[in-house]
Amino acid sequence: MNSETLKKTPLTEVCRTSGGKMVPFAGYEMPVQFASTMDEHLAVRRGVGLFDVSHMGEVFVTGPDALKLLQHLTCNNVEKLKDGQIHYSGLMYPEGTFVDDLLVHRFNERKYLLCVNAANRDKDVRWILEHQTGDVQVEDASERYAQIAIQGPKALETVQPLVDVDLSAIKYYWFTEGHVDGVPAIIARTGYTGEDGFELYTANEPAPRIWQRLMETGRPFGVVPCGLAARNTLRLEAKMALYGNDIDQSTTVLEADLGWICKLQKDDFIGKAALLRQKEGGLRRKLVGFEMLDRGIARDHYPVFVDGRPFGHVTSGSFAPYLQKNIGLAYLPVEHTAVGTPFTVEIRGKQVAAQVVETPFYKRNY
Amino acid sequence: MYSDDYLYTKEHEWVRVENGEATLGITHHAQEELGEIVFVELPEVGKVLAAGDTLGSVESVKAVSDVYAPVSGEVIAANDLLADKPELVNQEPHSGGWIARIRLSDKSELDGLMSADDYEAYLGEEKKH
Repeated sequence: MNSETLKKTPLTEVCRTSGGKMVPFAGYEMPVQFASTMDEHLAVRRGVGLFDVSHMGEVFVTGPDALKLLQHLTCNNVEKLKDGQIHYSGLMYPEGTFVDDLLVHRFNERKYLLCVNAANRDKDVRWILEHQTGDVQVEDASERYAQIAIQGPKALETVQPLVDVDLSAIKYYWFTEGHVDGVPAIIARTGYTGEDGFELYTANEPAPRIWQRLMETGRPFGVVPCGLAARNTLRLEAKMALYGNDIDQSTTVLEADLGWICKLQKDDFIGKAALLRQKEGGLRRKLVGFEMLDRGIARDHYPVFVDGRPFGHVTSGSFAPYLQKNIGLAYLPVEHTAVGTPFTVEIRGKQVAAQVVETPFYKRNY
Repeated sequence: MYSDDYLYTKEHEWVRVENGEATLGITHHAQEELGEIVFVELPEVGKVLAAGDTLGSVESVKAVSDVYAPVSGEVIAANDLLADKPELVNQEPHSGGWIARIRLSDKSELDGLMSADDYEAYLGEEKKH
């Protein structure tokens, strides 16, 4: 795909002029890194970083039957959500595998916002529309929204001067409606880095100005713009799944070790029967975190060997900039998933020792 | 930036020849393109390579870049310092960040490598694309 057919976000030009190295990602022209992936990663762990996440899809599901539809389509229990609360969930195929993973925001019983992966947006909307029943409207609002993620221990102090709400009153995985730099915004305390942080949803047009303002308010905390590469290493250290790598249409929510978002006791939902069967029959494989014991960086798609026999591949692997270790995720036979279990990763033809470790690899302590 | 005492390859390696031995590494340009280097896979001493064979790799957070043997011969040394200090390749790509030393088996292969002027012209050409 050449740059003419790539879509731009409202912040693509700002990212480019700020030194972003631009690459195609999910059909958009996005920054993979600015000056340094390492510095961006560490800025988020120690201070604050900004991410253009405007490529993410925003889908509103509204109407008297909105709750019922979402209960049917997703594996987490939407009934448990209070107004202003958010949860992580899965949009499920009948096999209990992922159409997508997503955040569900509840405004009220009749209004929900789904934040979905850019690459899956069209597929998700089609899937939701195919299952639309009763009095419910589905609107793909992605083109109307810019989204900026402010992540790191100094995220709150960076955003607070620009908003008309008390950010400390918003709990993690809750949101509110307010104004950012005078512009209406959805202000959510969420993120994909393992740090505290906020995701701001605004109209497209003011987004570049808000971005510049955040660069100013974040300056005392060493704010830097961050690219996709740092976003990936940050989420990996926090063991947050990446659709297309760690989860997809072939992996079930139970295999992905995401049982905590899979509420099998709730009323019927797509995938429930298959997941119940899998739970009763026992899992064959499970996603685990691992660390390399010998020298070598396990990369995405490198082959995995258990007891000398091939078993799948590394779904995500990298050097971890904060932990200074070589880490990764892989599906292993369930009897080989205990912490400490050894296996090998094939790196350029050589078997290199790895072992299962506790996850998340990184957990913030504030 | 690019010393006249070295020869260069299109794969962005440099070679310094002394007494029939070729010390090699990746160029300033190559390390700059890769960003912070976090891992270097070194060749085994004693291994015999043909020009163009993969000799090792240099990895940043994001990317893996193979290092090719610019000339044929036996690997007689590898820079073990890089095991613990891969960042030397960024800091001193043309000196302390050397990767390996090869005993040349065919000196005529050096004729196929670029001079500093040629390499800089090549970098200029690459930039246009």
